[in-house]
Amino acid sequence: MTNSPFKHEVLLHLGPLTITAPVVTTWGVMLALVLGAAWLRSRLSVRTPGRVQALAELALDLVQTEMRSTMNADPAPFLPMIATLFVFILTANLSGLIPGVEPPTAALETDLALALAVFAAVLGWGIRRHGLWGYLRSYAQPSLLVLPLNLIEALTRIVSMSVRLFGNIMSGVVISTVVLGLAGLLVPVPFMALELLTGLIQAYIFTVLAMVFIAAAASESSEPE
Amino acid sequence: MDNHWIELVSIVCAALTVSFGAIGPALAEGRSVSAAMDALARQPEAASTISRTLFVGLAMIETTAIYCLVIALLLLFANPFLR
Repeated sequence: MTNSPFKHEVLLHLGPLTITAPVVTTWGVMLALVLGAAWLRSRLSVRTPGRVQALAELALDLVQTEMRSTMNADPAPFLPMIATLFVFILTANLSGLIPGVEPPTAALETDLALALAVFAAVLGWGIRRHGLWGYLRSYAQPSLLVLPLNLIEALTRIVSMSVRLFGNIMSGVVISTVVLGLAGLLVPVPFMALELLTGLIQAYIFTVLAMVFIAAAASESSEPE
Repeated sequence: MDNHWIELVSIVCAALTVSFGAIGPALAEGRSVSAAMDALARQPEAASTISRTLFVGLAMIETTAIYCLVIALLLLFANPFLR
């Protein structure tokens, strides 16, 4: 039997903390992204844009267009959060292609943390838009009877977002492992190609869902006075 | 010897979960792909929008199967009754 996908390899102990493999991979991905962004920023130029800058601007424009059409609002205030989510999840999903590295999104804790970050963003923008009392009251719209339903919906959102990402990425890892064990070298390559596609689509879906939830909290205009 | 029965039932239930959990999404994905093919045949110029929406929709549908897979894995690896 293969290893349980719910337990992670413990790499080292730092006092009371146990550092597992997904934590190290997550920090590695974050370090790579920050260093890449800093390098790109140091090369930005208005006069003579290089190839990398042109590519980055193309990607930024794509993200902004996508956000504008999904959120029906100016993407500027949401861009840092949404774009970071997308880039991080995409990089994390694709980091499984490096031999010996397991994608950190194949750990339920990472996905739960991401979903909780989205939940916090929804709360934050909702409170900023409606005020604390107004936002809390929006859970009891149109009548008090739907309050438990809305509360359950807010919780199941977190669960479904995290389990969706976790299940898709983890199943890719498990399938690759099982096929590798059954058939050996080079046979898992088509499955890894499928994993590439899944990683891209799941990063996109997670981001789109985050956009939809945040936009719904931030721009709900049906505010009875 | 009680654990023995729990293990047995868990494995059978995990297999059942995955098999039944695959039926619904399979039917749904078949329907959505055929609808997308219809739309593509009618409006080939809208191919990019249709295929993008199709991929997102397929991933959403597939999620239900993934939920079943996660439940099955929970039964196999993190069974709360096998402690």
